[in-house]
Amino acid sequence: MHHSRVPGARRAAAGAALLLAVSLAGAAAPQPAAAGPTYTIKLEHFMFTPGTLTVPVGATVRWRNLDGEPHTTVSVDGLFRSGALDQGDSYAFTFKAPGNYRYVCSIHPQMVGTIVVTAAP
Amino acid sequence: MRDENGPVSRRDALKCLAYGGAGTLFVLSGGVLTPVDVAAAAAGDRPAGLPLFVQISDTHIGFNKEANPDVGATLQAAIARVNALQHQPAFVLHTGDITHLSRAAEFDTAAELLKGLTATELHTVPGEHDVADATVSEYFGRFGAASANRGYYSFDHQGVHLVGLVNVLSFKPGGLGALGPEQLAWLEADLKGRSSSTPLVVFAHMPLWSIYEPWGWGTAEAAAVLALVRRFGSVTVLNGHIHQIVRKVEGHVTFHTARSTAFPQPAAGEGPGPGPMKVPAADLPAALGVSTVSLERHPLGLAVADSTLA
Repeated sequence: MHHSRVPGARRAAAGAALLLAVSLAGAAAPQPAAAGPTYTIKLEHFMFTPGTLTVPVGATVRWRNLDGEPHTTVSVDGLFRSGALDQGDSYAFTFKAPGNYRYVCSIHPQMVGTIVVTAAP
Repeated sequence: MRDENGPVSRRDALKCLAYGGAGTLFVLSGGVLTPVDVAAAAAGDRPAGLPLFVQISDTHIGFNKEANPDVGATLQAAIARVNALQHQPAFVLHTGDITHLSRAAEFDTAAELLKGLTATELHTVPGEHDVADATVSEYFGRFGAASANRGYYSFDHQGVHLVGLVNVLSFKPGGLGALGPEQLAWLEADLKGRSSSTPLVVFAHMPLWSIYEPWGWGTAEAAAVLALVRRFGSVTVLNGHIHQIVRKVEGHVTFHTARSTAFPQPAAGEGPGPGPMKVPAADLPAALGVSTVSLERHPLGLAVADSTLA
């Protein structure tokens, strides 16, 4: 079990985290001055498209759910975790270090994807 | 057939349930846990044993798309059906996907609706739709106390040992639901020292046996779980998740997945994925349901029966 269960504290954190997710997902959310490019991954037909995406360090990846069924995007190593994304919802995460980041939909774990973050040129 | 259920007549309940699911009532009969259809039990076709509990699953409160725009109404219809049973079950098991999006308001609505059950004791395990919030806190904030916030726990009732497991928190990419080594070790310790003649019920959201791996309809450690429970003379494994009845008997172990009270899903492998399946309104009753289990003392064994609401 990789989650500790401390409901009170976690509930407080939940609100903050959800607010954060919402603001990251909002199109008008201000980006830091040094923000990198933004890439979009579609969640459609129970697939992440593209399944493997290569981006430079500092890039923001936005996952957008087009299915009627909710999905999530959850990093296998715990780096990021969206809430449930209903149809039309999106979630964004900025990658600050090079590496291969695998992620799944925690509702449909057969849905998998990888973000390859390359070092800045 | 008698209409002695007060303001809500059986006919009215049936009308409601023409659109909804009921539940599974489990009757322990001769040490045999026997799911019987709630409709039959409400009609007085009482199974031989004592009604023990009802299984409700996949209520998906918050879902509002065309496969069922009013999942609250179908849950209420299911609750009315359970409440109409002549012999009330001691408790109700909810095998997960209480909510659709793990939102606080959805959990609150579900709690309000479930308060309508005459049987006040409710045991739950989470589905993946209940732990999809970013911090995995909404379910545990409400139901974590039963398990010291682990999610998995066990309890006893009338000599039956019931074990709730969580297989929706530690997926492997492309893989099945998983329990994880900590939970497996806990299960082994929980069962150790118990008499093999103890009727055993193991419940979890995702199937604890492999039904269709491309859609994740199974649990990675299924074989390990089976090895731990195999020595028991009567084992009933109850799951939800796939919104349809699938059953298998292996030795003394009966595996059984429940219908949803919300919407059906396609059979394994039909279509792009396991999403809500829109069926003509007239066909919906045949696709939704609830089951019931009773305890029989003699002879000791397991039997499973289900029927649709059509």
